[in-house]
Order: sequence, then C-alpha cells, then structure tokens
Amino acid sequence: MKHALSALISICQREGLRFFGQTGRLVAALVRPLIWLFVFAAGFRAALGLSITPPYETYITFETYIVPGLVGMILLFNGMQSSLSLVMDRELGTMRLLLTAPLPRWWLLTCKLIAGALMSVLQAYAFLAIAALYGIRFPALGYLTVAPVLLLAAFMVGALGIALSSTIKQLENFAGVMNFVIFPMFFLSSALYPLWKMAEASALLHDICAANPFTHAVEAVRFALYVQPNWFALGVTVAAGLVFMGIALWGYDPGRGMVRQKAGGPAGS
Amino acid sequence: MSGLSVRNVTYHWGRHRALDEVSFDVAPGAFCALLGPNGAGKSTLFGLLTGLFRPERGKLVLAGHDMDRATRSALAVTGVVFQHPTLDLDLSVWRNMLYFAGLQGLTGRGMRGRAEAALARLGMEERAGEKVRALNGGHRRRLEIARALMHDPQVLLLDEPTVGLDAPTRHDLTAHVHALARDEGLSVLWATHLTDEVAPGDHLVIMHKGRVLEEGRTPATGPALTAHFLAMTGRAVRADEAA
Repeated sequence: MKHALSALISICQREGLRFFGQTGRLVAALVRPLIWLFVFAAGFRAALGLSITPPYETYITFETYIVPGLVGMILLFNGMQSSLSLVMDRELGTMRLLLTAPLPRWWLLTCKLIAGALMSVLQAYAFLAIAALYGIRFPALGYLTVAPVLLLAAFMVGALGIALSSTIKQLENFAGVMNFVIFPMFFLSSALYPLWKMAEASALLHDICAANPFTHAVEAVRFALYVQPNWFALGVTVAAGLVFMGIALWGYDPGRGMVRQKAGGPAGS
Repeated sequence: MSGLSVRNVTYHWGRHRALDEVSFDVAPGAFCALLGPNGAGKSTLFGLLTGLFRPERGKLVLAGHDMDRATRSALAVTGVVFQHPTLDLDLSVWRNMLYFAGLQGLTGRGMRGRAEAALARLGMEERAGEKVRALNGGHRRRLEIARALMHDPQVLLLDEPTVGLDAPTRHDLTAHVHALARDEGLSVLWATHLTDEVAPGDHLVIMHKGRVLEEGRTPATGPALTAHFLAMTGRAVRADEAA
C-alpha cells in the first residue's frame, strides 16, 4: 500500500514538475477556450436564443451556457495531451521505466491517469477563475461541488486517451487520431449547443450527441456548477471511464505482446 | 538461489524466431557478457527479463524469483539500464532519482540517503541539481546506472549501455560495472556487440540469430576474442546458408 502510494505521489510530482517547468503550457492550454468564450460565444450571443432548461432557472447568455462545455474542452484536450505524452514516453523510452516498476500494471496506468486528471482540473479552475473575472459566475458552492465531477470527467477522457495510445505505434499516427477523436467528440456534444437545439436541426445529430459520453461529462459538470447532481450523466461518465480503462489495460497487457511495440520495440532484434 | 537463470526461452516476432531455446546461467557476483551482433536477440531477451512481455516458452529466474509467477518480486531485485535512454530530460538529475525511488517504493530520508549514495558511487553527486538535458552522453549513462543501483538490486541488466559513448567513457563504465560485480556481489548481464568490453574471467554467452552459440568462461580477450567471435558468428551464418 505504501509502495503504491509512493509511486502515485512520484508520478503526480513528475507530471506537475513537467507542467510547471514548461513555461507557457498553462497559458497555451487556456488560450483555446478563452478565444471560444471571448470571440465565438460573444458573436453568437445575439444569434442564439436559449430557453430555460435545467439546471438553469432563468434565461442565460450563450457565454454562460458555453462555459461548462469549454471546461469539458480543457479536460478533453489535456486528457489527450497526457496520453500523447505516453506515446512520447514510449518513443523516448521513459515508458519502459514506468512499466518495469515492481507494481501491478493497472495501478501504474491508473497513477498516470490520476496525475493527468489533476493537471486537467487545475487548468479547468484557472479557466473558471478567468470566466468569473469576465463576469460569468456560478454559485460559490458550485466551485466546490464541481471538483469531484471534474476529476471523474478528466479520468474518463484520460482513460480514452490511454486506450487510444495503446493501439498506436508512433506519435505521427496519434496526431491523426486526435483529429478523428477530439473534434467529433467535442462538436457532437452538448458543449456548444443544448441537445434540444440539436434535435431541431437533425434527429440523427441529436441521437449521436446523446450517445456521446463527452456530452454526459459536460452535463455532469454543468449541473455540478449549479450544485445539482445529474446522476444519469455521472453514471454514464463513470461507466464510460471504466470501459475505456478496461480497453487501456487490455492494450497494455504484456501477455498480449502488443506492449512490445508500445514500449519501444526490441531495437536491433 | 540467486543470480540469473534463463531456461529454454523461445520468442517470435510474427513469423521471425527472435529467440530459439535460449538457456544460460549467471552466478551470483559474476559479470556475464552477452555478446552478439545486431539482430542476435539480445534486446528481445532484455524485454522478457524485464517483464515487458512474456516468453512463449521457457523460464526466467532472477535472484530466485520466477519472472512469470512472481514478476513483481523479480523486478524488485533487478536493476535495469535499457539500450535507449529512459531519463526525463526536462527534470534535474536529483528529480530523476526521486521519481525512480518513488516507483520502487522508497520514501523519506531513506530514499534521499540512497539517492545520494547512488549518485556518489558513480561520481555524479555534484551534478544533482543539473537538468539531464545539460549532461553529456557519458554522464547520462552514469546517471542511469546510479539510478538502477538505488534500490540495492541483486541482478543488474544492461542492454548495450555504452552505445554512442567515446572510448575512454566506455572503458570507465565497463570497468566500474566489473568492479560492482566483483566487490558487491551483483550478478551482471551486460549485452554488447563490442568484444573489448569483455574482461578476462568474465562469463561469456555468444548469441547469434536468437540462439546461444557458446557459453562459458571467456576463452580470450582483445583481438583474439574478436577473431573467435567472428569465427563463431561467421560459422553460424555459413551453417544457416547450408541449411
């Protein structure tokens, strides 16, 4: 137990040191959602009317609606970037060091996932702070109740990233998958538009969005920010996270032999 | 029983047989040079010895721990230096040591003491605060060896650890690891394709195309060993072609 904990702390520390050591990484992570908030959402404010739906009890501006979605965007991009670092670790060899630690492989991957999720949550809070300064505020308690939900959502998208990384041999391939995963996942969700708005445009689009686990992660965050639990969204997020984690563990199972490529391959053999 | 035992290990990469019934032993405190040209199967064997993947057939025992049945116990008594560097270039030497210590379950003052001692052993203590990126190739390798020794392993595995290093640095590292085996009773498996890294009295395993061609005490060193190695591997090539 002590050993497992010391590994978790070490992996989190490494992730934190790398994050804070790379000046500008936090700024870069925040630029994307802030542009969406300040430019895209401001422009759409007049064009898009939103009716009153839970958790909202009054009419809201588009900027207010979009903030939980942009928080989801931060989690999604950071979760994928964390998995990208796994592919890099593999190419650089540091993955071998991790996988040869005398601990169960599932725990080592979980530690990596937790470390990445913590960094994501940190960035999400930095974004929420800027949004508050901009005038988009949530109930004070909401900033507290959203914390565990952010962690769960970050865990889910991070597990998806690890699952993807387990099937990818090279960094170049991963960049392609990012485009095929991140953008569809983000745009086919309730991050930018409510599901009922999607239904008005196309029933098929609505169904796809409703089936997207990222939609449920965003909705869980949205409700938690208003101190309301959305059990269904939370349940889907947790279930999807467990399924993705299962795929990730399967992908990194040494018995399958797939890991030999992921761990850098047997150079010269 | 301690030391290292490889018994009838076979492994394929697709249809290619990378290891074919490989067997040899390394006694406690022995320095075993695993000599083989590129493609001999050395790195595949290291992948199996470090649990990155499992052999299709055969048995690997490290310091008395069966790699298949007691993987974690086997890894806990093994220090590894991989062929490709596994250091985090963006962290300091000290942070790299602490990261590894955490993975090994070392904590608190004991961890710091061990990290300091390991760095001192390899003459790296004054570089503790430097970023790994700023170190030259020789110092990076020293750091990897220091790190691999931090948890007091009984078996030390090094996969072509001198690749890319200049001759004096290669000589220093080879001599140092020989001393570790002699003075501290470590069982060392040192994979290389360079015959000048083999010292008199070393245990020698010559591999070629996934098979052990010869095992035993080093018959010679220097140019004589080079000639012997070339004759062995050349003979194996001719036998393959005839078959």
